Amino acid sequence: MADKRMTEDAVVARLRSGMTIGIGGWGSRRKPMSLVRAIVRSDLSDLTVVSYGGPDVGLLCAAGRVRKLIFGFVSLDSIPLDPLFRAARQQGRIDVAEYDEGMVQLGLYAAATRVPFLPTRAGLGSLVVDTNPGLRMVTDPYGDEELIAMPALHLDAALVHMNRADEQGNAQFLGPDPYFDDLFCAAAADAYVSCERIVPTAELTSNAHPVTVRISRMLVTGVVEAPNGAHFTSCLPDYGRDEAFQRAYVQAAADPERWAAFRTEFLDVDEAGYQQAAAALAAMQEA
Amino acid sequence: MAGRNQADRAEVCVVACAEAFRGDGEILASPIGVIPAIGTRLARHTFEPELLLTDGEAHIVSGTWAYGTPPTGPVESWMPYRSVFDVAWRGDRHVMMTPSQIDASGNANISAIGSHAQPKAQLLGVRGAPGNTVSHPTSYWIPRHSARVFTAKVDMVAGVGYDSAAKAGPAATRYQRLHRVVSNLATLGWDPDSHRMRLLTVHPGVSVAEVVAATGFDLMIPGDVPVTREPTEAELTLIREVIDPAGARYKEVPT
Repeated sequence: MADKRMTEDAVVARLRSGMTIGIGGWGSRRKPMSLVRAIVRSDLSDLTVVSYGGPDVGLLCAAGRVRKLIFGFVSLDSIPLDPLFRAARQQGRIDVAEYDEGMVQLGLYAAATRVPFLPTRAGLGSLVVDTNPGLRMVTDPYGDEELIAMPALHLDAALVHMNRADEQGNAQFLGPDPYFDDLFCAAAADAYVSCERIVPTAELTSNAHPVTVRISRMLVTGVVEAPNGAHFTSCLPDYGRDEAFQRAYVQAAADPERWAAFRTEFLDVDEAGYQQAAAALAAMQEA
Repeated sequence: MAGRNQADRAEVCVVACAEAFRGDGEILASPIGVIPAIGTRLARHTFEPELLLTDGEAHIVSGTWAYGTPPTGPVESWMPYRSVFDVAWRGDRHVMMTPSQIDASGNANISAIGSHAQPKAQLLGVRGAPGNTVSHPTSYWIPRHSARVFTAKVDMVAGVGYDSAAKAGPAATRYQRLHRVVSNLATLGWDPDSHRMRLLTVHPGVSVAEVVAATGFDLMIPGDVPVTREPTEAELTLIREVIDPAGARYKEVPT
């Protein structure tokens, strides 16, 4: 059976400028941050990003990797707004397609099931219709209601972070919510799964119900072992959100000088360097 | 905090938010904001015991627990985000959202201020507001009643108002029900015929003139505006000792 293990940089080497990339997780929860950091370090540009947005969006916007964001919200959960995303919007640096969060799910599901659109009420009468001029309506062929035809959101690549996976790409969530990670993978031509730990297949279900292995290997192109890879977002039950680090991120983002220092310390380094610097910051805050 | 038996404004707001859910029965209550969260727990503990509440993650939980602490009651069922969408679209839900702008027809903005292409202030994004407002009952909580929030025209429509839904057609109006607005000054609703916002009650110590001055559009005002009901002694004890002993409510409505 195929061994799909690879590194973050090997994943990024398979991505191209101009691609549409879906990013799993939700807000500041179980984001594939080690893959996001690898994209920040790369020279990719003009990406279209689809995300239930958290700091993944802020970091990619600040790094100049994003041409267009397809989103319903961007939030850090315990801190409502992401300052880097706000700055990118307020300076007009990115294009957006803003949809109701449920419409994003329908778009991914349409892509995953190879239908051109799915009908919905969500979005009717709102800015979603006013600001997405390409959005079309569809009339119920069995009745007469006019609904929105949410177009399929086809992804060139999906990036998600799970708690466990095997070498073939079967991947497991152990926290409270799968979010929409399986749908991101199914909507993508290639899906890359990072995880806290790669384990033998048998171990996935030795202590957990098979329903937690939400992603099947048939959806997955590559698997990255990335311990603490969702940091500073939460990855329950392995770890919670690093609230102190998130506050440091938000404070740094508010000031160009501090942001430059943050970049040097945490972003202009490889993943091992990032993890080391994050651990050092945590140790300093504890002292 | 007010005297032992006298409610302060934050506590009046908690009870007003709870009252917005009276009669809802066995549906999911989704409060966004501190005082709505306290209010829904109070409603469930007292007059609306069938309500379902989540732990803010992916579980429906029973029991009554203190704001800012993990739930103590057992998990009733699993409610990941995709199930919340299903519940919303099925209609078994009542959401109370906290918008930055709201107009007389109930259009509400949580997305951005200014132009959509380049906002003056980017906020959260529409989240589920468009779908919520055309799918199931929606209420709003406004911690600081002012003419900037209660505005003649919202910059953009995230939560769909009655006029916007009417323009979008029957698919948008079919399940729409805008129920209640609770602010730090008053409770408001919509006139069933004209679908214009109307004043329902003023909180104790607030005058109708004060509400009018803090509202950026013409409110419908009945001849006789009642005063919002005061919390009962039992409700005050629940709020102060069980649901919000840490006083998180004062972050939204200071005394």
